[in-house]
Amino acid sequence: MNGIKYLFAAYIATWVIHGFYLGALVRRFGRLRQQAKELGKK
Amino acid sequence: MKRLFPILVVLSAIFLAYALHLSLGKGTPTDAQQGDVYRIIYYHVPSAWTAFLLFFINFIASIQYLVSAKASTKIAAKWVVIGVGVVGGIACFLPQVQHLLPTGMRPSAVATTVLAIPAFYFVIGKFFPGERLDMLAVTSAEVGVVFCTIVLVTGPIWARPVWGIWWAPGDIRLTSTLVLWLIYVSYLVLRRFSSSAQTQMLAAALAVFGALDVPLVYFSIWFFRTQHPQPVIGGGGSMDPRMLHVLLISWMAFLLFAFLVCWSRFRLEGLHREIEQAHAMESLVGAGVAAKASLPLGRSSS
Repeated sequence: MNGIKYLFAAYIATWVIHGFYLGALVRRFGRLRQQAKELGKK
Repeated sequence: MKRLFPILVVLSAIFLAYALHLSLGKGTPTDAQQGDVYRIIYYHVPSAWTAFLLFFINFIASIQYLVSAKASTKIAAKWVVIGVGVVGGIACFLPQVQHLLPTGMRPSAVATTVLAIPAFYFVIGKFFPGERLDMLAVTSAEVGVVFCTIVLVTGPIWARPVWGIWWAPGDIRLTSTLVLWLIYVSYLVLRRFSSSAQTQMLAAALAVFGALDVPLVYFSIWFFRTQHPQPVIGGGGSMDPRMLHVLLISWMAFLLFAFLVCWSRFRLEGLHREIEQAHAMESLVGAGVAAKASLPLGRSSS
């Protein structure tokens, strides 16, 4: 059974999902830090 | 703590790379029936175990959060949990109870799971008091959903070459996993979009009921006819020790990675709550100033 393309698809999909989530976390951190800075200025 | 995080990130990256090397390496035998595609197991199964563990943490944190509202319920819950651990742990080794367990299920595996309930309950209660319990609950649910998504994506990718279909409609293992994912997605949606003062309590109650699906997912392959293979540890299935070794290393790598992601998400939640509190204080102060400013005007007009 030649399932090598499925194997790589599964591994790539795993890291794409983790990448998306980590990217979302970084964006949320950035937004909150910005808000914290603005609060500090006031 | 600030120094520890980057060190663990580097360690996690090395560990994941090593697990990937072992997963794809020639040191691990190729499955006689499935060929190399079986190697999806090294990502699919550790992701499922990690998701289950995170949902279990969410369950314990939610219970703790619910019972912490009253001192009497907190004490009662503590004794119930101790009772579950002691009675459940002993009962698994009684012949009458062992007789009820499905073929292949090891009593020691069941006892370990039962004993994990009081162990996690007291550890989480000690290190995450008060509001931190709710922060832990939302953190574990969100990261658990990410891992459960991976299970639901890699499963069909594996099923297609092996079963000839992407999804087996009506299969209890597959359906209950999808339901589990939907429950926790609704939990996150509830937390994200509800602004009620009771949101945290409602979410904790939903999490307790949602967690009931976890044993159904896990035990479904014993109690129902399903296309899904038997479990690789805890009884039922058999696996080459070299494959099992790589599978456990892969799980350890994913656990460390999940721990770091949870750590980051927990800090994010803390920062989010601090900013919300600061905004609330600001508006209170603003309202106070406005009230003071309007007071003389109100008097003069009357």
